[in-house]
Amino acid sequence: MTTTSLTKSRGAGRAGDKVFSGAALAAGCLILAVLFGVALFLVVQAIPALVASPDKIQGGEGFFAYIWPIVIGTVIAAIIALVIATPVAIGVALFISHFAPRGLASGLGYVIDLLAAIPSVVYGAWGAAFLAKEISPAYDWLANNMGWLPIFQGPASATGKTILTAGIVLAVMVLPIITSLSREIFLQTPKLHEEAALALGATRWEMIKMAVLPFGRPGIVSAVMLGLGRALGETMAVALVLSSGALTASLIQSGNQTIAAEIALNFPEASGLKVSTLIAAGLVLFVITLGVNMIARWIISRHKEFSGAN
Amino acid sequence: MTSTLTPVRKRSALTKGQLPKFAPYVVLALALVVGAAIMAVIGFNAFGWGIVAAILFTAGLVGWSAAVEGGRKAKDKLATCLVVGSFLVALLPLISVILTVLINGLPGLLDPGFLNTSMNGVTGAFDNKSVEQGAPVMGGIYHALIGTIQITLLATVISVPVGLLTAVYLVEYGEDRPLARAITFFVDVMTGIPSIVAGLFAAAFFFAVVGPGTKTGAVAAVALSVLMIPVVVRSSEEMLKIVPNELREAAYALGVRKWRTILKVVIPTAISGIASGVTLAIARVIGETAPILVTAGFATSINTNVFSGWMASLPTFIYTQILNPTSPSNPDPSSQRAWGAALVLIILVMLLNLGARLIARIFAPKTGR
Repeated sequence: MTTTSLTKSRGAGRAGDKVFSGAALAAGCLILAVLFGVALFLVVQAIPALVASPDKIQGGEGFFAYIWPIVIGTVIAAIIALVIATPVAIGVALFISHFAPRGLASGLGYVIDLLAAIPSVVYGAWGAAFLAKEISPAYDWLANNMGWLPIFQGPASATGKTILTAGIVLAVMVLPIITSLSREIFLQTPKLHEEAALALGATRWEMIKMAVLPFGRPGIVSAVMLGLGRALGETMAVALVLSSGALTASLIQSGNQTIAAEIALNFPEASGLKVSTLIAAGLVLFVITLGVNMIARWIISRHKEFSGAN
Repeated sequence: MTSTLTPVRKRSALTKGQLPKFAPYVVLALALVVGAAIMAVIGFNAFGWGIVAAILFTAGLVGWSAAVEGGRKAKDKLATCLVVGSFLVALLPLISVILTVLINGLPGLLDPGFLNTSMNGVTGAFDNKSVEQGAPVMGGIYHALIGTIQITLLATVISVPVGLLTAVYLVEYGEDRPLARAITFFVDVMTGIPSIVAGLFAAAFFFAVVGPGTKTGAVAAVALSVLMIPVVVRSSEEMLKIVPNELREAAYALGVRKWRTILKVVIPTAISGIASGVTLAIARVIGETAPILVTAGFATSINTNVFSGWMASLPTFIYTQILNPTSPSNPDPSSQRAWGAALVLIILVMLLNLGARLIARIFAPKTGR
């Protein structure tokens, strides 16, 4: 009697084990399937635009001529964002990890994380309503004094709704990402390296230059890459801030457009081939950001193996 | 003997060649005064004053330090100034955004009926009247609030089981298998999917499966799930990893099955961290605009059915009110509604963030010590 009840209960338990581990495995596979599905469905829906005759695509010169300017615009906006955000973010990360008083550091880190909590549409509204207005005098100054540089060629936009403003808003949005990742890396610096540098008489800056930054370099690179991924794909900041137009070299005139903003502005009213064109544009964006992110993750994972050395 | 009585040096040899403790304060005061003087000449504004004073302070302190302490200490001072300066620069947009939203959003939020009326039937004529004759601004965000809550809830219902089970697989069953490593890698990659691409995926999926032009709240929920799942996986995985192995082994030693160990021992121990991670994930997707824009369209009336018809949400409400004001000739009432909605959205996100911290603290496992 007892043996049967034992085997019985064991049988039930084994079924539970199987069901549960199967469900866990299925969930994991579902994630891979979703990522695969993202690529697959984008490709399937994009094919009509890729094979359509060139004159049916917006602009009348085929998909390549349509996508090329906005890819460049996307890259320009992302580069502006990174050029501004990277030095500031590394400074903030160093401040929180090595300069701020110990008791305050985590609180200050939380304050910077608040920047990441604000929704992108609010940043877009802020950029359009506040920043663009406040910054347009600076653009006038740039056009008058640095106008010989092609990127500051005048006349400056009177509304301030330019790709440079969009880039600044993007910089604010990627700042917390770069900061939080580099902060983690800086905090992992082996304490012994830091103390050795200080014991040899290094000032705090020399210690950071000798011990912290070399250790954190791969981390900084990958943090910047992840920031780049975010800046490339960010939609609302650009859609609301930029008054878009044809590709121009000047950063302080209205013009240029990014892929994400192009999709957001046109997709709701699109139909037929236009939908395919926009989905194909999304596919291009997906491939670009996927590449950037995979490189960044690869650098991080390679770094992980080395960081256990101490 | 006499020599011991003579030392009249003001400072010991150890502190020679060092700036006095009060040096930064003196330089700061000087920088503020000189900065104010410069600004008085070229036209005063507080922002410019801050910048000029900061530059003067840095130059003054570094110059003084270079003269007294030498180049190495001066470089250290310069680096300190730059690092602190970059932190202050990073605070500027945060303060500016919050102030802008508060100042512009409060009139909209305090408008009676803002939270419990929709935009159904509110036309440009009403807005023109409110601008020209001072009538109260009509319309509100009730429909958008309902849409946001329903879409986010559905996304949570989809993401949490999938995300949590995946985390369980990675921690309890994965054991560094190739599949587990692949999942970890692609979850990280998924974190970086642009939100609009997630929206396009959901749209393309439903266009292909249900029919072209399918835009409902459910499509938006699927799009948000794509963004939410990786966040849930990552945070749950971290939390499951820190559950002590002794707990698992104690359960196994009592003859408890693995699945019951996970359900009754591992997950309850980690539940505070998991719940706060889920709350943070909700806070992340509740403000997403682009994926909802391409998947749920934008409605002006209340729609409580996520499975049919266009649906409004707070972010898309803000977006459309700014880009396409209800009355193109008088955009002020629309922008007042948009800022009011932005304030509500920020309050929601901040509450969720705060809630995540509270959950983590309140439900933290009791160590018994």
